[in-house]
Amino acid sequence: MTVSLDDAIAHKEHTALSRVLTSQTFWVLLAVLAACVFLSFATDSFATSKNLFNITRNVTFTAIIALGMTLVIITGGIDLSVGSVLCLCSMVVAVTMHAGYNIYIGIGASLLVAVIVGAFNGVLIAYFGFPPFVVTLGMLSIARSLAMVLSNNTVVFQFGPDHDKLLALGGGSMFGIANPVIYMIVLALLTGFVLRWTRFGRYVYAIGGNEKAARLTGVPVEMIKVAVYVLSALSAGVAGIIQTGWLGAVTTNLGTGMELQVIAAAVIGGANLEGGVGTALGALVGAALIEIIRNSLGLLGINAFWQGTFIGGFIIVAVAFDRIRQRR
Amino acid sequence: MAVLELTDISKHFGAIQAVNGVSLSIERGEAVGLMGDNGAGKSTLVKMIAGNFLPSSGTIRIDGKEVTLHKPVEARRHGIEIVHQDLALCDNLTAAANVFLGRERRRRIGPVSVLDHAGMAKRAGELFRDLKSETRPRDLIRQMSGGQRQAVAIARTMLADAKLVLMDEPTAAISVRQVAEVLNHINHLKAQGISVVLISHRMPDVFEVTDRIIVLRRGRKVADKRTENSSPEEITGLITGAIETV
Ligand SMILES: Nc1ncnc2c1ncn2[C@@H]1O[C@H](COP(=O)(O)OP(=O)(O)O)[C@@H](O)[C@H]1O
Ligand SMILES: [Mg+2]
Repeated sequence: MTVSLDDAIAHKEHTALSRVLTSQTFWVLLAVLAACVFLSFATDSFATSKNLFNITRNVTFTAIIALGMTLVIITGGIDLSVGSVLCLCSMVVAVTMHAGYNIYIGIGASLLVAVIVGAFNGVLIAYFGFPPFVVTLGMLSIARSLAMVLSNNTVVFQFGPDHDKLLALGGGSMFGIANPVIYMIVLALLTGFVLRWTRFGRYVYAIGGNEKAARLTGVPVEMIKVAVYVLSALSAGVAGIIQTGWLGAVTTNLGTGMELQVIAAAVIGGANLEGGVGTALGALVGAALIEIIRNSLGLLGINAFWQGTFIGGFIIVAVAFDRIRQRR
Repeated sequence: MAVLELTDISKHFGAIQAVNGVSLSIERGEAVGLMGDNGAGKSTLVKMIAGNFLPSSGTIRIDGKEVTLHKPVEARRHGIEIVHQDLALCDNLTAAANVFLGRERRRRIGPVSVLDHAGMAKRAGELFRDLKSETRPRDLIRQMSGGQRQAVAIARTMLADAKLVLMDEPTAAISVRQVAEVLNHINHLKAQGISVVLISHRMPDVFEVTDRIIVLRRGRKVADKRTENSSPEEITGLITGAIETV
């Protein structure tokens, strides 16, 4: 058989279907759905509207930060500071509003702090060549300490004149969907759009694929890196603000250990810690799987101490899956 | 008038003097071989011309006008294109994405402008056809052979109307047939009046397509002569230092 050059160039090796079937996100999504079906039959309490409402809302805090984390991971970096940054940003909005400022100033101050923290991480990493692991580990410690300084390590639960607005923002719902879920969906769509349809997204992948090549071809590598750490901190800040409104109180141990859960969500959803691979949908699906594991252990009457084993097992399975796929 | 003229160009990295007082000029439609041992400073020299490094001292003139090239995009704006050593491709992106990396095409949808995936794939496919390479625009670089990667790196240089194409060891990792395609391509560029700088260790290739050969040794230019007046033996001697200079 002779194939002309034109045919060979036009030929598509991968159909849409084969692409879906080889994607880790798809299989994890399948696992999530299978778990949901199983739990609906195995328990009486899973498929109740109250439980589903809780699950979807609980997913959002991890998922929103996992969106930012996914950007960082795609560039080949890591951000260990997100749990502490969530706490710091919660504390900033809480303390600012407690002092009598309105909700806009509170949220503005909180997001500004997130931008400063992210820029600090990003500049040290991109312009001074510090390893991301070290810089963000330092920030993990700094941000939580600042949250303690800010609140004098007390619980803040009165948010001034706009108290009710903040509670409605995080705790309310529209059409039976919890507000945080709506924010998560909007942010996920935005992240997905940016990754697929903008230059910025293209450069994020390029840096993770081959940073040297990206630099040689004129990609503004340093600026993009600073931007992804800023976005990661912002996602933690947004999650922090929403969580403050939902909980109605902020303590200085809010978000402790959350970085690991967020990284787990991103990796289970298909982001590769070596860089170059990851999607917004993957971040959501990974976060959903983790939350469902957590929820189902309780419903099935399994001791909650097993949670870490299940999540850890899924991380390892996800990476093993990736290896097998690459070998083929 | 020379397309490119370097005067007393030097580049040092800390204590390392990578390029030392090099002057040269390249005419329109001329192919120049740039030869030298590993570490002689060849890549550093072409990277300065491509806007990847600023020279520590010396001047670059393009079409007689002095220029300072801070970024690759500025060199491209002056019609300078480069195939980097090791090709500088992103394995996780498609062939089309790599061809357009750093100069993505966009189209407007209402108020937003988005990447023109279809347009870029189409144009990349046309370039691969011109290069007679069976390379599919939407395949990932990860799955590609050495020759296909090569085609992607060369296709990059064909996006705009170039005046000068720099090729840093473009034939280091490809098959004999593909080497012939690359040499063909260089002849094609010359015929269109486009100048070429070819860095290669493959003596026969350099003698086949170049008009002139420049030899660098430890950052200094030690020879600059017409290809027909030289021989592989002489060039080898110049590269190793067995022949001091000519
Ligand atoms: N970015 C850099 N930083 C420090 N030293 C460099 C850099 N690039 C090249 N060099 C050094 O400059 C010298 C010339 O290197 P190069 O131009 O790559 O040589 P060639 O391409 O001729 O093999 C070498 O000693 C190399 O180690
Ligand atoms: Mg070199």
